[in-house]
This record gives sequence, C-alpha cells and structure tokens, in this order.
Amino acid sequence: MSAPGGGARRTTAARRGLGSGVTWALVVVLAATFIGPLTWMGLTSLKSYGEATSSPPTLWPAEIDLSAYERLLSLDGQYPVLRWFLNSLLASSLHTVLVLAVASTAAFALARMRFRGRGLIFGVIVSTLFLPAFVFLMPNYLTIDALGWIDSVWALVVPGAAGAFGVFFLRQFFVGLPVELEEAAALDGANQWGVFTRVVLPNTRPALATLAVLAFLGNWNDYIWPVYVLFSPERLTLPAGLKLLQGAYVTDFPSIMAGAVVASVPVIVLFVLTQRFIIEGVARSGLKG
Amino acid sequence: MSAATAPVAPAPRPPGAAGPAPGGRRRPLRRGAWWTPYVFLAPFAAIFGTFVAFPAVRGIWMSLHDWDYLMPSKPFVGLGNYADLFDPTSVVFQKFWDGMAATGVFVVASVPVLLTVPLLLAMALNRKFPGRTFLRAVVFLPYVLGVAVVGVLFRFVLDPNLGVLNHLLHVTRLDRLLHALGAGDPVPWLTAQPWAWISLVGVTVWWTLGFNMIIYLAGLQDVPPELYDAAKVDGASARQRFRHVTLPGLRPVLAFVLTMTVLASANMFGQSDLMTNGGPGTSTRTALMVILDTGLGQYKMGAAAAMGYLLSIGLGIVSIVNFVALRERGGTRRPRRARRAS
Repeated sequence: MSAPGGGARRTTAARRGLGSGVTWALVVVLAATFIGPLTWMGLTSLKSYGEATSSPPTLWPAEIDLSAYERLLSLDGQYPVLRWFLNSLLASSLHTVLVLAVASTAAFALARMRFRGRGLIFGVIVSTLFLPAFVFLMPNYLTIDALGWIDSVWALVVPGAAGAFGVFFLRQFFVGLPVELEEAAALDGANQWGVFTRVVLPNTRPALATLAVLAFLGNWNDYIWPVYVLFSPERLTLPAGLKLLQGAYVTDFPSIMAGAVVASVPVIVLFVLTQRFIIEGVARSGLKG
Repeated sequence: MSAATAPVAPAPRPPGAAGPAPGGRRRPLRRGAWWTPYVFLAPFAAIFGTFVAFPAVRGIWMSLHDWDYLMPSKPFVGLGNYADLFDPTSVVFQKFWDGMAATGVFVVASVPVLLTVPLLLAMALNRKFPGRTFLRAVVFLPYVLGVAVVGVLFRFVLDPNLGVLNHLLHVTRLDRLLHALGAGDPVPWLTAQPWAWISLVGVTVWWTLGFNMIIYLAGLQDVPPELYDAAKVDGASARQRFRHVTLPGLRPVLAFVLTMTVLASANMFGQSDLMTNGGPGTSTRTALMVILDTGLGQYKMGAAAAMGYLLSIGLGIVSIVNFVALRERGGTRRPRRARRAS
C-alpha cells in the first residue's frame, strides 16, 4: 500500500509516464490549491488589521504583527483562545483514551468469545450504523442535561465514545490474529485478561494507533455538539470558540485567522506525524464490503 | 458439625480464576467463566446503551409527543408531529421544506463533483511519478481540519471586498468572464445566488475530496493488474480500459463512496452556519439547521425529532436505492487480493 516497494515497476512507469514538465506543472497547481488557502490563513494572522483589510491585499506581511496572538493567547479575557486550546486538548485526549478502552475490550469479546446473545448484540450495534448522527443530538442533550454535564468536559468526552466504528474496526484486526498466539498464552496460564493485554493488544498496535488518531481528530474537530452543549466562554473548545470569534470580530480577520491557526496547527502536526495511520485507516474504512 | 463439613465434594472452581479453565483445551474459544465476555462488553455497553440505543428509542418517543422542553406537560399526539410536516397550514411546514429543499440542492450539486473529481485524481495518483506520495498527503490535508477552521477561513477568502479570491480574479482578468455570466462587481460569493451555492459546494469539495480520493486509491489497487495487461493485449484503448476494467472493478467502492457522500452532504451544517449564516435570505439554511434551531433553539423537541426521523427515513431510502443500483448489476465480485496486514 505504501509508496516504496515497486522499484522495478516505478522506473518503467516513469519512462512511459506523463511528460515530466506537464506533470510538474500539475503537481504545483494541485499543491497550491490545497496548501494556498492554509498559507493565506497563516500569513493573514501575522498582519495588522489595517494591512489585512487593505486593497489590494499584500502577500507577505509588511511587518510581522503579533498583536492578534497577544490578544488571543491569554488564559482569561473575553476570548481565551489558549484556554479553548487546553479544553480541546483535554477533551480529545480523554475521549481517545475512553474510545480505545471500551472499543478494544468489546471488540475482543465479539471477535474471540462465544457467548449467549452475541449475535443479538452485534445486530443492535450494526443497526445503529444506519441512523444519522443528528437523530441522537436532542435526546442526548436531554441526557447530558439530566446528568448535570451541560457546559462540562464530560459532555464532550463520553457520548461519542461508544460508536460502532471503533468496534468494527478493531474487531477486523482481532479476528485476523492467529489463534495459536492466544492458545500458547493460555497454556502458559494466562486468563482472558492476560491474553487480551499481553497478546492481543501488543500485536495490534498499528490498528490501535489508527483508531486513536481518528478518534482524536474527530473529537477535536467536532462542531455541532460543542456549540450546543457548551455555554461559558471559558469552557468552549476551539471549533465552538471560532464561531464566537467570528461573530465578535467580524472583519478583524487577523484575529479570526490567528484563532484558526491555533485550531489547525495541532491537527496538521498530528497529520504529518501519523499520515500513514490516518490514510490507512480511511482506506480500510472503504474496504469492508 | 464436623460431619457436615467434611464431605463437601470437590470445591467448585471460583469462576474466572486465573489459570487455564478445565474446558480450555477442548474448546479454545471458550475460556474463563460464562460471564467473562459480558465483563469485557460492559464498559462499551454502558456508554452505547446510554448515548446510542436509548436516545434512538427516546427520539421516536419524543416525536410522538408535543414535547416542549420548557413546558411541564408533554401530551401524546401520535403521528401529529409528522402530519404537521405535510400540512401546508402548519407553522413548521414552510421552514422544514425550505430546509429540505436547500439540503436537496446541496446534495444534488455536490455529490456528482465529489464522485468524479476524486476518481480522476485517484487515477492520476495511482500512476507512479515523483511527488506522488507528497501530493496524496497534500490533497488529503484539508480533510483533517474541522469545519470550523474551513468555514472561517473561506468566509474570509470569499469575502466580496476583502477576500483574496476576488482580488486574484481581478488580477487575472477572470472576473470579466464572471461579470459576463451575470455576477455583480465584486462577485458576491456569499451574498447572492447562485454564487453562495457555488461557494459552499466548492469549499466542501476542497475540504473533503481527499477522503474520497483515498478510498478510490485503495479500491484501484485492488483491481488486478493482470486485467489491464490482458485488455492492453486485446488492443483496448485507455477509454475502453477505464470503461471495462476500472469501473467494474470499482463498483463496490463506488457504491460505498456514493452512499457516504450523499449522507455527508445531507448532513451539511457547519459550512452554511459559518460562511453564509443560511443566507442570502434563507436559501442556504439546510434541513439540519432547521432541525437544530427548532429543537435546541426554540426547544420544540417533539417537532424537531419528527423532522429528524423523516429526514433519516428519506436518507435510508436513498442509500438503499444507491446501493442496490450499484451492487446488483452484473453481480461481479471483486476478487480480493492478498490480505493486507497493517
């Protein structure tokens, strides 16, 4: 699946390949299309308000103006972007840990154990895959309200943690593990918990890493739910905060873009570091059938 | 007393005790106590039950009541909430169907682009050339950003007066073409139709195209190369190879991408919320915006739940039609190549 590995084929393919000039032109145009707007976001965040709203616009900031960041990166103040960043980080990290814990144990039981009701449980989990997410929003809002979790981090951490995707995803990998590994461990005296923690989990690390990254990204980027369950400005996550910033700053684009930079740099770094896991995870999600 | 305790025949093993269970060797799939699997399932089941299964049922129940968050009594109204959605004289009728129409426009406009452009890109990137891996990552990159970042960024880029897009169009003189097509000056990307729809579709394509492309790429790599070689030997042109090898080989993947894309487009919310705020007028106010405003803005949760279920029934029907249409014809199963370990 990964690019290297086809050395011999690569040379022949390159020879018959697209004319290299045209190829490079297309590569540059495509890359500019996808990187350009993000670069513009970063450059704008470094401009003064006057420069960002001048016509015609400048490409590079005439002088680097960090006042947008100074305004945003305080822990209090009206729009505490640094606090939103910490809120997002805490919520997404806790959510990721919870997803891994509950999805891996459940997937292990469904992949490796025989028990009464397994088919039924599996059927119920499958059937909820066909319900769109918006169906759950209002009843879950009431449940969160009843639990006293409105405006708290738990509202962000717990409700999405029992998605069917994580269980399906891990189950695929657990089923693929050779049973002999587990039998050997069992003969050595390991009980099911021992088999799970000492055989299954260590042998499926890439799958667990993939699920972790996808869970983190999904939670970090979630928009609708935080907008409705969080109220206090100091409790918001970055996506909900960006909506607030946009409403407050209107045309103060350097400030809004600075907020967007704070929201996107962590996921871009995560993507660069874990690209392989993310792309592999997405590719596999389409290859189930 | 002592007589009673002595012959307590073989003590029953404490269930779940460490060590291989007696039955372990005979049936390796069932070790440990009978309740061990349930213990493993319990944490997932607790959250799943509370936040997936229960709300799915409660939502139906709410939709059958005049459920107003602010009212103490929530009388049963049967299918009344659903009937209201089909009654032109009811309060909710107009805004619900306006929302459905907006969502419909977005689905119809975005899905064809999101099916074809990523396929073309995937086919281009499936060839080997320098920069391929980099390009694949770059095209996918926007997908890891949230809709909030994408929304505020393009609200700025597309701003008629301050946005860089209109400036670039002006510099390259392409704005004359748009003026000839009837666009105002500056081009009102977010404040007049059809430009607002073009913007929302374009931004969504920019944002999510990489996701579909990656799935297509994985599918393309599952089409056996022998088939292409055989087609070439038979003298098939590139167009014929695409038509008779690539497309049939991708059919299951196409069904998946189509279904996922329709669902994602039908769930459109953030782009309109952040870029056009539902405007101009209410033309880009999607069904999801109407549902959430009704339920969590005005607290009329019974009506909103009915809208949500009606929309999901519609989506369910569309998904089934898509799937059957793409799955059944020919009925060729794609041969699975060697299992990819990860």
